[in-house]
Amino acid sequence: MDMFTEALERIFQERATTAVIRHIEGGGSSAELWSDITASGYMDVLLPENDGGADLTLGEAFPLFMLAGKYALPIPFVQTVMARGWLRAHGQAVPQGAIAIAGPEAHCSDTGGLQAPGVAYGAVADWVLGEFDDAWMMLPCDAAVKEKGESRGSQMVDLCWTSIPKTAMVMEKPEVVTCAPAQLAAAALAPLLAGAARQVLDMTLTHTAQRKQFGRAIMQFQSVQAQLSVMAERVWAMRMAAQLVCNAANNVPSGRLAAIAKARCSEAAVTVADSAHALHGAIGITEEYDLQLYTRRLREWRRASGTETWWACYLGQDVISETRGTALDYILSCTK
Amino acid sequence: MTIDTLDLAFIPEQDEALRGPVRAFLRDEVSGLPANLRARSWMGFDADFSRKLADRGWVGLTLPKKYGGAERGPFARFVVSEELLAAGAPVSAHWIADRQSGPLILKYGTEAQKQFYLPRISKAEAFFCIGMSEPGSGSDLASIRTRAVRNASGWLLNGSKIWTTNAQHSHYMIALVRTSGEPKDRYQGLSQLIIDLSLPGVTVRPIADMSGDAHFSEVFFDNVLCPVDALIGEEGNGWAQVNAELAFERSGPERLYSSMVLVESWLAHCRKNPSPGSARLEAMGNIISWLTVLRSLSIAVTAKLARGESPAIEASLVKDMATEIEQAIPRLIADVIGAEPRIVASAELRRVVAYLEQLAPSFSLRGGTREIMRGIIARGLNLR
Repeated sequence: MDMFTEALERIFQERATTAVIRHIEGGGSSAELWSDITASGYMDVLLPENDGGADLTLGEAFPLFMLAGKYALPIPFVQTVMARGWLRAHGQAVPQGAIAIAGPEAHCSDTGGLQAPGVAYGAVADWVLGEFDDAWMMLPCDAAVKEKGESRGSQMVDLCWTSIPKTAMVMEKPEVVTCAPAQLAAAALAPLLAGAARQVLDMTLTHTAQRKQFGRAIMQFQSVQAQLSVMAERVWAMRMAAQLVCNAANNVPSGRLAAIAKARCSEAAVTVADSAHALHGAIGITEEYDLQLYTRRLREWRRASGTETWWACYLGQDVISETRGTALDYILSCTK
Repeated sequence: MTIDTLDLAFIPEQDEALRGPVRAFLRDEVSGLPANLRARSWMGFDADFSRKLADRGWVGLTLPKKYGGAERGPFARFVVSEELLAAGAPVSAHWIADRQSGPLILKYGTEAQKQFYLPRISKAEAFFCIGMSEPGSGSDLASIRTRAVRNASGWLLNGSKIWTTNAQHSHYMIALVRTSGEPKDRYQGLSQLIIDLSLPGVTVRPIADMSGDAHFSEVFFDNVLCPVDALIGEEGNGWAQVNAELAFERSGPERLYSSMVLVESWLAHCRKNPSPGSARLEAMGNIISWLTVLRSLSIAVTAKLARGESPAIEASLVKDMATEIEQAIPRLIADVIGAEPRIVASAELRRVVAYLEQLAPSFSLRGGTREIMRGIIARGLNLR
């Protein structure tokens, strides 16, 4: 682990404790956590040094993003870092404050309003970046009506603006789009899912080593070992998928890789969460035990910004509509 | 084992440069064959084709030049293998020798063994098969009973091997046999022999599979006298040698592309026959995204091999997942073809689906079953 990652992990360990997570999830203020992490400079790691950043590439920042998932961070760290890099790469001003990113659900309503349903971290963001019927916009959350379509503790909300607010930033779309806002939303969720899944695997390994039934640790049973092996496979695949989408030039992820990463991480998230609960038994579904902090996020982030089916269809359309080249060519084009 | 050990890696440019020439060669040699033949891929046997590849220097890529090889690394083999498999080239004649027998002889063989076998492998003149399973020993490989007894003139071999891919076409078998002790001694007393399959007392009986092919055989040894130098590596070190060999066998692109000819044929079908439905989009997207991620995992394992490591656990993890998608491909595509009943798939495409449906169960059996792979992963997680 490099120094950057180690230092951030220490900050998360001290400031983003599970007590803090529960406090913020319960409606408490996230301002203190936000200012702690902002003060450390990590929000600007992708920006050039003369802009107060660390000039990291997305690939170099990837371990930081995984950490945010591992610690179930209750503020949109990955989204804000990625959006800042992406805005900058598109020649836009980078505003202060937490940024959430709307997925393919964002649209204009018949009455001229703007709607962004089910935005991950929408409850604790200052801005929402999204594409609304072809227009790329940064919309201020304080001008939105928020509604929660989720259960206890969720930070996913529906945001609705009756008209374009005065403080909105309307962007000009580039001629060639590498990564639209919905794809950036998908890209940001991939390392969060991979990091949370990693934590869930670790917790499950610890639990099955400690929990004894029939006179021995349950991890000694072959059927439990097989389930843990499959979980590990999924967690490794999720990490690779997330690392692939973060391997991007100029802080703009590839739209294809965003689709690939979100499809694979979303599907695997369900397998990992289901197996973790099966192997934890009843303790795993209690409020008091921390597993739920991660598995709730796995399922929410899977649903946010397009599930595996949405992104698989997007990719399938992309592959079939190409007039030339083989399937292998397409795969190679994604990983060059 | 931590998940950080399989980091994103890339194929070096000089190895990537092999792709163009291999592809041009395959366009001339293979693309005209019907898809249901190409779908046999590394089960398709064509000695002349293997020799043509060898003439171009693409067999024995990882062997040293002084033994007739190209002295390239595992990445060069990855690129060539990937192109051969995706095109559905009939590579099985030289495949096992190129993938694992050659590297095994290079690692454990005497100088005389290297000088004898390796140039023949590189010229695609010596084909190899692997003698591991026996009628009573499958996943429990250490329980084998085939025995070689040392006498004044060599090794006297008795017993049998089964499910041996290509035994009926091969010149040599590298077999795991018991050279001392009893089956209850498990990993102790096992050794590897290079058996000349033309020796008296060897009987090879091909076994037909449900698709009508006979790519594997049962091989009987009845008082076969092998010369002293049939022993490869150290006597009694067979278990460790076999496991090193399996790391090569489990990690490569052949664990990813077994159904690739079907993917390519179906993609061409979809492009030619538009459909408004989303079933095909979802299936195609799932296939492509899985293959992309698994290919990167496979390259990460190859990077470890290139660094001289032996990533046995990582290879098992990738193999288990990759054979899962290899097996899912015929199932997914068959479903979508049936979900678009008014868009009739060509007879050739349907033959590919039907053939792979029948071959697919073998994908997760060959090279170690799913249950064995998961056991190895569990050991890597310190569960056992």
